[in-house]
Amino acid sequence: MAIMINGAAVAAPGDARVSLLDLLREQLHLTGTKVGCNQGACGACTVLVDGERVLSCLTLAVQADGRSVTTIEGLGSAESPHPLQAAFIKHDGFQCGYCTPGQICAAAAMLREAEAGMPSYLTADLTAAPVLLSRDEVRERMSGNLCRCGAHNGIVDAILEVAAEHAA
Amino acid sequence: MSRVQNVVVGSVRTALGWVPAQWLPGGTPDPLIERRAAIGRQASRLDGPQKVAGEARFAAEVAMDRLVYATLVHSPVTRGRITRLDTAAAEAAPGVTLVMTHRNMPRLGTLPLIGVSDLTAVGNSSLPIMQDGEIRYNGQVVALVLADTQEQADHAAGLIELDYAAETARTRFAEAKAGARTPASILIDKNHVSIGNAERELASAPYRVDYLYRTPGQNHNAIELHALTVAWQGEQLLVHDATQMVAASAAALAKLFGLKKDDVRVLSPFVGGGFGGKGLWDHQILAIAAARLAGRPVRLALSREGVYRIIGGRSPTEQRVAIAADAQGQFTALVHTGYSVMPPYGACPEQYTMGTRSLYRARSVEIVQRHIDLDIVPNTFMRAPGEAIGTFALESAVDELAHAMGVDPIELRLRNLPERHPISGAPFSQHALGQAYRDGAGRFGWERRKAEPGTRREGEWLIGLGCATGSFPYARMPGANVRLTLHADGTATVSCSAQEMGMGTATVQVQHAADRLGLPIDAITFEMGDSALPAAPMAGGSCQTASIAGAMAAAADKLIGELLRLAGNDTPLAGLRAGEVRFADAGIAGIAAPARHETFRSILARAGRETVSVTAAGSMPLEFLKFAMHSSSAIFCALRVSGVTGEVRVDRLLGSFDCGTILNPMTAASQFRGGMIMGLGLALTEETLFDERSGRIMNATLADYHVPAHLDVPEIDVMWTGIPDPRSPLGARGIGEIGITGVAAAVANAVFNATGKRVRELPITLDKLL
Repeated sequence: MAIMINGAAVAAPGDARVSLLDLLREQLHLTGTKVGCNQGACGACTVLVDGERVLSCLTLAVQADGRSVTTIEGLGSAESPHPLQAAFIKHDGFQCGYCTPGQICAAAAMLREAEAGMPSYLTADLTAAPVLLSRDEVRERMSGNLCRCGAHNGIVDAILEVAAEHAA
Repeated sequence: MSRVQNVVVGSVRTALGWVPAQWLPGGTPDPLIERRAAIGRQASRLDGPQKVAGEARFAAEVAMDRLVYATLVHSPVTRGRITRLDTAAAEAAPGVTLVMTHRNMPRLGTLPLIGVSDLTAVGNSSLPIMQDGEIRYNGQVVALVLADTQEQADHAAGLIELDYAAETARTRFAEAKAGARTPASILIDKNHVSIGNAERELASAPYRVDYLYRTPGQNHNAIELHALTVAWQGEQLLVHDATQMVAASAAALAKLFGLKKDDVRVLSPFVGGGFGGKGLWDHQILAIAAARLAGRPVRLALSREGVYRIIGGRSPTEQRVAIAADAQGQFTALVHTGYSVMPPYGACPEQYTMGTRSLYRARSVEIVQRHIDLDIVPNTFMRAPGEAIGTFALESAVDELAHAMGVDPIELRLRNLPERHPISGAPFSQHALGQAYRDGAGRFGWERRKAEPGTRREGEWLIGLGCATGSFPYARMPGANVRLTLHADGTATVSCSAQEMGMGTATVQVQHAADRLGLPIDAITFEMGDSALPAAPMAGGSCQTASIAGAMAAAADKLIGELLRLAGNDTPLAGLRAGEVRFADAGIAGIAAPARHETFRSILARAGRETVSVTAAGSMPLEFLKFAMHSSSAIFCALRVSGVTGEVRVDRLLGSFDCGTILNPMTAASQFRGGMIMGLGLALTEETLFDERSGRIMNATLADYHVPAHLDVPEIDVMWTGIPDPRSPLGARGIGEIGITGVAAAVANAVFNATGKRVRELPITLDKLL
């Protein structure tokens, strides 16, 4: 078995204590995934596992064995950005840039969740699919990703713009 | 600070009062105030593509061969000493290369404390760092483990056996008030200010308010943890650190470890948020010492709990504000006194009375701050230290007085705006708070506010509107240096040691350099975040932009002289002196005769030079001793309070700012919003819970200390007067901190308007409204 990380097969670590976060950052030098608390409270370490958002600090690397992991590096690059990455720049959805990869990974998965009709605490019609993303829906669904610089308005603007493009 | 300092600063201010303004820095307004091209334009961050792609490299992300990982062990005891220490099991654990305790920690001195006289003094604590078995505060580091992997180091740290003899600790705020100290000065201001007889005015006034306001401790909670990757190469020290004081840290580390200044290099190009917290603390010293003992490079990232334990935050305060007014609403007395915690081994007074000194005129004034000594991790500066919480007390009190008088709170404020600085008597360099209020009130719809509290209800929700004033002083640091290098291809490089922490430092200074040098933005490169570059000041006091701008202006003047010298006589510029030319169109042109022009390329080519480079320091920042230089703001808040649960939901927040020239509307708006959002946390949720029985912080996690999340943050409207300050470089005053000021009071005042309940203790949680 192996972990597929951004399309490349990587052997699961021998030490079962290694988190997916530490595997990415310390062993593979994929440092785009950030560490803010190591206890699932801030969202900075968010990556996609089989397309779903996951806190890599609370995931043991061995749990990802046989799965496909996408990190910020797998979404796009400075030269060839993902639409969310481009929208974050356009709407100034970050300042220091540290929570940003986690926000973007979470947003990518969140857009798919809404498209698939997954309701949130604010969704009035639980059977609607896709869920139409209002500003409040985005705020609710992104609340697991903390930003201390206070780029919240820009982050929501960026996500809404990409959501509108999706819908169009 | 001392009485001597009061006399010195007082004398300089008095002397400068007699010196004609044109002799001083800022005496002649910066010509770029009138001549802007790139400055003032919306521009996306230059480092945006790197940041959104996760390619910006932070301190804990530098790869090194033979790297070992560090884990710290913290004392659960507040005061006492270690009586048993057994490290054998930890040393024998797999992968462990070193266990460091006070027994084998190299003997080191202590760090000089942050101060205004020595710019290399950046220590937050003068306590010895792992030099003995004494425990002086809860969370103090007692051991450090190095191992080949983080997992091995974490495991081994748990195997260290420690016993302590606990001693009585000073942990109770109220009890410690009796022994409070009254320092002679607070930063560069005299602490105790007494004008007239405020108590007598209070007693005889027709209107007065007199209350105590309380604010808890808070933590910066930058999302990036404090971290460094450090390597010794012989007697040379390389430190990749998350620090907002690059050059000063390098100088302080050289002194502490007995190294030559040039042998210490601190690199910190990107910092994942700082807010005052990313300074020089124990963990850097410990990691550097451990790397030397182990002979291997070390990575140390604090745990989130570790950040709470050993990095101090904002001090808790108890503040008394009393205001008296005559029948016309003129203030006849203004009293602001109180207590904050600052142990003798700390260096950062929580200057909560600073805003009060400049905002209002009053016939009598009584201001004094007292410091309480507890056994705690030393507090430090956190975004708008003093003003963030001082404005909560002052601006709540003004609102209370307005209500008592039946006067609109904006009107009451406008009646008491000063013409000159109320205490020093210095003229304001630029001050348009009245305009900020009028513009803000219009856009916000202030006229829809009902003066009678508790009268607007929509179902379960009580609706309220509130406003408050924010303020923050201008500062420019001495010792800011910039190097300007022109290349043969006509491009330029700007170099200084400052780091990027989200303020948009590089972006804005590149805009500045483009206008200063007459070049397009894409011809400028900004090099930063490296102590080997010319020293920039620390990022603090909202002064980095103005300080670097002042240095760049000085370097540009020097560069003109150098270019004229290189140009010689065989040039259209021949015969012109430095004062008769300026930068224009990628070269130099005569001011009176712009047709006399030669490009940088041409000058360098003729002189056979690949580059020409100058380094200069900014002038002494005397302008803010001669003039009263303050930014201010009017903050407006609309919110709902649930009549059932007491929950507060902020629906709208507007900030109307008077901060001089706005250099980049996009990054400026983000900084204002960011400050205001931290202000929402201060108002409603943020509190470092301190157990007064044990002296231990109880909520050392981001799950238990609630910083505003997306759903807590409404759309925030920001606007500004944009009036340039004629006394500052570019006409700009710093904007990094003012956003947070005034917000807590605006929220508290809106809560009162909604419910009729006056909350004088932050944060305004549900229990206080039921």
